[in-house]
Amino acid sequence: MGGRTLYDKLWDAHLVAERDDGSALLYIDRHLLHEVTSPQAFEGLRLAGRGPWRIDANLATPDHNVPTTDRAAGIDGITDPISRIQVETLDANCDEFGILEFRMRDPRQGIVHVVGPEQGATLPGMTVVCGDSHTSTHGAFAALAHGIGTSEVEHVLATQCLVAKKAKNFRVWVDGTLRPGVTAKDLALAIIGAMGTAGGTGYSLEYAGPAIRALSMEGRMTLCNMAIEAGARAGMVAFDEVTAAYVEGRPYAPAGPLWPKALDAWADLVSDDNAVFDRELVLDASVLEPQVSWGTSPEMVAPISGTVPDPAQCDDPVRAESWAGALRYMDLKAGQALTSIALDRVFIGSCTNSRIEDLRAAAAVAKGRKVAPSLKQALVVPGSGLVKRQAEEEGLDQIFLAAGFEWRDPGCSMCLAMNADRLGPGEHCASTSNRNFEGRQGHGGRTHLVSPAMAAAAAIAGHFTDVRALLEAGSVA
Amino acid sequence: MKAFRSVTGIVVPLDRAHVDTDQIIPKQFLKSIRRTGFGPNLFDGWRYLDEGSPEKTENERQINPEFVLNKARYQDAKVLLARENFGCGSSREHAVWALEEFGLRAVLAPSFADIFYNNCFKNAVLPVVLAPEAIDALFQAADPGPLTLTVDLEAQRVSSGAGHDFGFEIDSHRRHCLLEGLDDIGLSLQYAEQIKQYERRRREAAPWLFDALR
Ligand code: SF4
Repeated sequence: MGGRTLYDKLWDAHLVAERDDGSALLYIDRHLLHEVTSPQAFEGLRLAGRGPWRIDANLATPDHNVPTTDRAAGIDGITDPISRIQVETLDANCDEFGILEFRMRDPRQGIVHVVGPEQGATLPGMTVVCGDSHTSTHGAFAALAHGIGTSEVEHVLATQCLVAKKAKNFRVWVDGTLRPGVTAKDLALAIIGAMGTAGGTGYSLEYAGPAIRALSMEGRMTLCNMAIEAGARAGMVAFDEVTAAYVEGRPYAPAGPLWPKALDAWADLVSDDNAVFDRELVLDASVLEPQVSWGTSPEMVAPISGTVPDPAQCDDPVRAESWAGALRYMDLKAGQALTSIALDRVFIGSCTNSRIEDLRAAAAVAKGRKVAPSLKQALVVPGSGLVKRQAEEEGLDQIFLAAGFEWRDPGCSMCLAMNADRLGPGEHCASTSNRNFEGRQGHGGRTHLVSPAMAAAAAIAGHFTDVRALLEAGSVA
Repeated sequence: MKAFRSVTGIVVPLDRAHVDTDQIIPKQFLKSIRRTGFGPNLFDGWRYLDEGSPEKTENERQINPEFVLNKARYQDAKVLLARENFGCGSSREHAVWALEEFGLRAVLAPSFADIFYNNCFKNAVLPVVLAPEAIDALFQAADPGPLTLTVDLEAQRVSSGAGHDFGFEIDSHRRHCLLEGLDDIGLSLQYAEQIKQYERRRREAAPWLFDALR
């Protein structure tokens, strides 16, 4: 018999029942909630006279609507009345059902996918779901984690289970070593470029190989975060000592006599050597350059030394039409060098890249330099209150402020522009977020996805530039 | 849950691949705490020339006459025809609520994104996967159209009564729930005893998974 993949093991370990028709009930260990996709689920529970199955499996925090300024005012600081009602509704629902919530004034509040791991509420071997497609982030902990819709949020609240169908196994194997200045984000973008945004549909992805083992937990989270952008609901990385070191000592992680027991259980959270994958993609990390997206889909990426592609050279007519549409929307010309794209705003933040290592990487580039005067705004938005505090302890806020960046309070912010942080029509933005869809960061806005270091370099130059040249020049005193 | 058996109606062809849920319903409309009210803002960024906001009423808006949903011949369409990877991106179920409220009860495409596909079944919107050649043929027939199709879940067929006739595959559990309009939470709660047994085993093996978040 063939061995089992990590995904197979996680699936088997959570199977509650299998029905004759091939559907299964899968047990959910951790359910994360935010204000946008949960109100209708709570309302559904109430209408049906149901209650949550297991309160202590749930953790909530508002993130999408929260302002990134004036946070001392708490909920009163939300000037948009509709946003405010949504956050109030989350608070009221958590009160009513007794669900643990980190509210706006709590230093632990932040983007739900930053908060879970930071608190040790995301643990190896878990199933983790949330009404948010970037729940794939938590797969970095050798967990089965994916986004669900609001009806499923209600289903998980009511039953602690999900009706699921097993996905197929896809392994992304990355050999070699990332070169200095090339990060997990660049790898994530290159993988999506290679797979296409539908390449992972119907699969669970496992990222494996020497280049993945060498990544920090934060890098692994960045990578898994964007599995959904390759069409895969879940992305994951096997358990190892890097995972253990990150989890140990976190507030909700097992401690005392439970810690060695947990370590023991987690040691098996790896794919067996003889496990069979339905598909595989092999990449070499050592040839990668920093990446920049040029279009309106995350698969539309190119290395920084590259140019905007020519739809006329594309032999697939549907894809050529997509490229042409993207160039019109982005106001770019085929053959144009990526370094010639001038920027209006820069956004460093989002559940992809707002953790402490991301901020350190951006600060290392910004240190002693100045944001180009041609820029209207360069924002740094930490992923959580605790990330913010740590960055301030390290003096990163001072580096950003001295360079002309704005230093904000935690939340989703300009990743999707549900709060006041947004692009104006036609503006180009270097963004460390995960989606460059039309209008994502503001009506008519033009998003380019990059790493935190590349975003900082773009802020300094006023246009895209290879961050490695700046890094070689060293920090300016 | 609402039931779905079959729908017959005009087909509106949306000739784009990778239509993401941010396009189907933009973020500014996700601030609602209700399940309804999304229909007027379906494809908001494409349907209107001005920027939409929850405060604006429909008659304040500037219609984009070029957008296919606004063309007279596709008014009252009930079936949406799309290209590959329809519904990719954000998990927002609001996208399906918007389609349903607008009156689009079935979506035909060569492929769908997983989360969107799942969300459809919870709201009696039927996503139908057809071979790329079948989709191509339907695009040709639907523009200029009008093409009227019957999408029959029970028979698992899409047909025009005038030459176009395709079978489709669908997961039997989903088909059954949708035909009967079953409440899937109620169905799952029939397994309450198994869920409890599972929890007892799990608590034994991995006690750290319980009671931490209080
Ligand atoms: S940061 Fe962006 S992608 Fe992440 S949860 Fe918030 S809105 Fe979604």
